[in-house]
Amino acid sequence: MSNKKLNLKDKYRLLTRDLEWEFSYRDRKEIFPQEDFEGIKITDWSKWEDPFRLTMDSYWKYQAEKEKKLYAIFDAFSQNNGQQNVTDARYVNAIKLFLTGVSPLEYQAYSGFAHVGRQFGGAGARVACQMQSLDELRHVQTQIHAMSHYNKHFDGFQDFAHMHDRVWYLSVPKSFFDDARSAGPFEFMVAIGFSFEYVLTNLLFVPFMSGAAYNGDMATVTFGFSAQSDEARHMTLGLEVIKFLLEQHEDNVPIVQRWINKWLWRGYRVLTLVAMMMDYMLPNKVMSWQESFEVYFEEAASSLFKDLARYGIEMPPYAADAIAEKEHLSHQAWSIFYNYGHAAAFHTWMPTEQEMDWLSEKYPNSFDQYYRPRFEKWREMEEAGERYYNPTLPMLCQTCQIPMGFTDMENPTMTSYRQSVYDGERYNFCSNGCKDIFDYEPEKYVQAWMPVHQIFQGNCGGPEMEDVLGDYYKINLGVDNLDFKGSPDEARWNAWHNLIPAEDKLKKAS
Amino acid sequence: MSKVYIALQDNEESHYIVEAIEEDNADVTVIYQPAMIRIECEGHMVIKRETVEEKMGRDWEIPALHVNLITLGGNVDEDDDQLSLTWNN
Amino acid sequence: MAVAAITENYVGERLDRVENFHGNQVLYIGWDHHLMFCAPVAFAVPPETPFSKVLDELIPGAFSLHPEFGEIDWDQVEWHLNAESFTPDANVTLAEQGIDHKSILRFATPGLNGIKGSGS
Repeated sequence: MSNKKLNLKDKYRLLTRDLEWEFSYRDRKEIFPQEDFEGIKITDWSKWEDPFRLTMDSYWKYQAEKEKKLYAIFDAFSQNNGQQNVTDARYVNAIKLFLTGVSPLEYQAYSGFAHVGRQFGGAGARVACQMQSLDELRHVQTQIHAMSHYNKHFDGFQDFAHMHDRVWYLSVPKSFFDDARSAGPFEFMVAIGFSFEYVLTNLLFVPFMSGAAYNGDMATVTFGFSAQSDEARHMTLGLEVIKFLLEQHEDNVPIVQRWINKWLWRGYRVLTLVAMMMDYMLPNKVMSWQESFEVYFEEAASSLFKDLARYGIEMPPYAADAIAEKEHLSHQAWSIFYNYGHAAAFHTWMPTEQEMDWLSEKYPNSFDQYYRPRFEKWREMEEAGERYYNPTLPMLCQTCQIPMGFTDMENPTMTSYRQSVYDGERYNFCSNGCKDIFDYEPEKYVQAWMPVHQIFQGNCGGPEMEDVLGDYYKINLGVDNLDFKGSPDEARWNAWHNLIPAEDKLKKAS
Repeated sequence: MSKVYIALQDNEESHYIVEAIEEDNADVTVIYQPAMIRIECEGHMVIKRETVEEKMGRDWEIPALHVNLITLGGNVDEDDDQLSLTWNN
Repeated sequence: MAVAAITENYVGERLDRVENFHGNQVLYIGWDHHLMFCAPVAFAVPPETPFSKVLDELIPGAFSLHPEFGEIDWDQVEWHLNAESFTPDANVTLAEQGIDHKSILRFATPGLNGIKGSGS
């Protein structure tokens, strides 16, 4: 008797789909209570196709292999003082932003996929979501490990989870995921599985990981590549979800279109942080945000939406707004963080002359005209010993929660103001996208926990801003915040590299 | 037609996979970027287990691709012998 | 529908209703084309605040760091309240002239176009 080895498709089917059973004594709607309320119609779960037929034994085997390779590199990095080999200590602020802003989203994703991994009626979808949930947990763990080494040598990494829940700029990514997780299971999949993990993922990961590669950050590069192989599975899941929903019932098409419109815009707004990181926080630049956006959004999305056109799906209307902003986004974002550098748990600084020339070259239609003059003014103020910090709290957008630093692309020096009156109260937004999202589901967004308003309500300690920053946010004042120049990070970096700051050289000479 | 693509970590093992892809697909473009190899072509690309095994000189299975994979674009079809990427437009 | 929810007639808690601000209301002020201040600023102030306090304290406190602030001719300033043209009365309170909770007050200074005319 010969034991034939099962082929991949059969093995997968036996270990996943065929473990399902017909529910004989409880109503299906009791078992899957969240499948209907969003208006999505599923006629036949068996039509779900599993693009990667990964069974748990393969999953463990290959994930374990990736982990062994990854942790060996973390050890090597740490043993060889890899943190001293990054291009410049300013670079490390990019990964402070990553650990506080992105890693907690991995944790939210783990939780979100675990939830929907129970709510879907189809076994194929449940299995794929459960595996993604494990992947996301792996990601948060490996990111924390990668950055734990930096935490030993640089400031601002130490309370990332606490800060994520409270600090003003971190409410931007946090509210994004809270929005997704409090939505129904199908919206969650379109928001995260498709819009974030498929359409926008390259705009988040490639800049951070290439930025790490170009700036000597071996730990982050390695984490990034290790995670990306999981991401390939996530991307195929996202694409499969979309195709499945659109093919199941024509009534799903307008619902899915609306979700794609909303989530591409919300995701794009979160990527404001990445735009600024690419153009301002990398001593060795990879490419400009504009270039990245053109490759990873304009070109890639156009292929994708051509493919989806046969279902009646169109490119979201706000895509045009995002494209219009590409020459301005990063500069406006850096201006926000420079203004509020005293309230951030990472350092900010003015670009060098050389860096400004790079920005002029990459942004010939916007940088010299709109942004260089203010940066030169700020540099002047810094040299006069009066580094500029904005003395007043900013206005935030109700939906994306970013300070209202975006402008009208028809008139780029005019703040983009939008307002709705709902149930007798005013709500304010940065864009048509954010306003429309609110207007469609106001009962959701009236509940936004907006950092500036919460401070005013006395819910963030006080009474002084130092109390909010130091006690409520747990920012170590004078250490984690303020300009890179004069920071403990800078002093340590100079000491490692026997670099003496210019003023000290002068003192020694005289 | 739109381009399908796959990006692999730039390491020894991936070089064999790239060779296999080049053999089995006419008109692929291979782009070397820092730490990453990106392979693209119009419409359709296939990775065949047998070809990879021949290049590597040892047994290899399709799921092992995950260890070197960075990202890909296109509709995926996978079985014991091949993984293919396709765009339908 | 006001939100897709599993509960019928879902109503969300309004976190920023004026009662939560301990006798204050939120006021936003923006100086058009002066983006050195990256965004409009936010204040929590009592509705009984006379507009003169906005002019004499709040606005200078927020915006006087700008090199052009001292050049502003306040008689020429153009105001907008919630996107409508507006003429403030310095002697009257915010509430009395329709500046309510989470209102946006914008002022423009024709002829002053920011640092080197860049709108900054």
